[in-house]
Amino acid sequence: MELFLRPFQYDFFTRALLVSSMAGLLCGVMGVYITTRRMSYIAHGLSHAILGGAVLSYVIGVNFYLGSGLWGFAAALLIQYLSSRKIYADAAIGIVTTASFAMGIAIISTYRGFTQSFEAALFGNVLGIAPTDVWVVLGVSLALLGLIFMFYRPLLFWCFDREVAKVHGVPVLSMDVLFALMLAALLVTTLQILGVTMVISAVVIPASIARLLSDRFSHMIFISAGLGAFFSLFGIYFSYYLDIASGASVVLLSTLGFAIAVTWSRLSHKRQIAAQKVKI
Amino acid sequence: MHALIEARDLSCGYQDQTIFSKLDFQLQPGQFSGLVGPSGSGKTTFLKALLGLVQPWQGQICFQNRPLSSIRKRSRDTVNQKIGYVPQVETVDWNFPVTAAEVVMMGRYRARRFWPLPSKRDREVAHHLLARVGASDVAHRAIGELSGGQQQRVFLARALVGDPELVILDEPTSSADVQTQHELLHLLWDLNDRGVGILLSTHDLNSVATHLPWVVCFNRGIVAEGRPQDVLTSEILSQTFGGDMVVQREGDKVLIASRATSISHPVQRPRPALLATYARSSGGHPHAYCAIRDQAPSPVIAPHKTDSQDFASSGQSAGGDPAAPDHLP
Repeated sequence: MELFLRPFQYDFFTRALLVSSMAGLLCGVMGVYITTRRMSYIAHGLSHAILGGAVLSYVIGVNFYLGSGLWGFAAALLIQYLSSRKIYADAAIGIVTTASFAMGIAIISTYRGFTQSFEAALFGNVLGIAPTDVWVVLGVSLALLGLIFMFYRPLLFWCFDREVAKVHGVPVLSMDVLFALMLAALLVTTLQILGVTMVISAVVIPASIARLLSDRFSHMIFISAGLGAFFSLFGIYFSYYLDIASGASVVLLSTLGFAIAVTWSRLSHKRQIAAQKVKI
Repeated sequence: MHALIEARDLSCGYQDQTIFSKLDFQLQPGQFSGLVGPSGSGKTTFLKALLGLVQPWQGQICFQNRPLSSIRKRSRDTVNQKIGYVPQVETVDWNFPVTAAEVVMMGRYRARRFWPLPSKRDREVAHHLLARVGASDVAHRAIGELSGGQQQRVFLARALVGDPELVILDEPTSSADVQTQHELLHLLWDLNDRGVGILLSTHDLNSVATHLPWVVCFNRGIVAEGRPQDVLTSEILSQTFGGDMVVQREGDKVLIASRATSISHPVQRPRPALLATYARSSGGHPHAYCAIRDQAPSPVIAPHKTDSQDFASSGQSAGGDPAAPDHLP
């Protein structure tokens, strides 16, 4: 028993577990919207784009969360604008996000005062989270979950069929802006935990597993939220014993979960077909 | 009496391309009208302009004689509630994780905006409307599992939330089989009998357009409009669809095919348009139709005996058909 509880003697580890499970839950919920709206690539690109904002915020002395959040929001809006101007959406994402990412790298390589770990930005450093960050993650999580609760209906309609939603009175442009804001806030708060390169897995994998397990949007949200929290919590926990990077541990555990879900879904489908044949 | 919906001097386009210009159109209350034209003729753009989804370049849309552009946002919502819309099936993500009942309840957004859980009233409305369109048995099934006909019924049920005075349907029969087309037309007739105005677009002449009471031939503008027997003529259809259209009338039946001559391919396989057609059932409900499925190709379009089996197995509509035999009657 002592072996299992050993990591909890460190404050930073307990803090990491708390923050990562909250972030995992949030990524799980938002992931359902992102995957069903087929925005995974935007989320992936924005996580890279935010690096530029994070580095710039550090250099000019602006609060990380504020600077990076605004930067991510602006990048999301810019992608939407370019996509409506003859530019294909994936090309717009590629242009905006790589430009921003490149700007971040350029500043890091030229600005001598930059002392932050570049690796931590890329791969996350959940164990290095400060106590104040816990409150930020908690606050952002509660705010985003509150918004999702409040705007569940219009967001669902907007996700399913943007055009018909508009006919039914859903303010689709406001939903576009709201979701871009929520996405930027999500990515900024989870960036420190999972890093630029791995945050997308926390968004996409639990939602994809939930899709395999359910045909109902509301059920998917609960399944995905639970799985997101579970993968983050146990991914970090196992990273202590396996002595691997926390972000990588979370991603690998999620991927294992996804592989199990795909196998289970496939077997279940085969069983259903066999049962149908027997009936016939 | 004012028109239910009206387009005045309407011009629309995308970026630098004009789709149609200076178009005038009226749909009277309780009117059932079909917008007929080939793919790419601007039917969808026109319908979207009527719905306020496409901003006109010029002109205005009036609903019950009130220009939509002059209606304030809050009142606009009340006007929009009087219009139901069924989009093209191709635009719908059928893999989306929602049930039929949830799709219908989406239409209740105006009644309940900021509470995520459906109310008892939401459920009652959804089940009532699904029953009304004959789809109550699929209420709890995922939309991706439904047949094409069931999917159309579910979307029609959503369009009926709020008791609209007008229902606009964009190509509702485009990917439906004959039976589904037949059932959907019946549903629309029932709605129309209750005073609901219907405007649907289609490129399917024989199995849909010939059975509507009013037809608007559309190709980058209105070519002609009127009763099918007056409007569905070779001349007007040729203008609308291009090519050379052949119309043959046999009693109540109107049979339409296309005829084109190709110098490089003098003998081409005709594309049958008439494998299934409808005729009014004698003595029955004036809106009831019975399907007549021709076992052999119609003599109007069957010049080669050797090709007859192929015709029977590859039914297509006449709309937009570029190739047909050069020796049709």
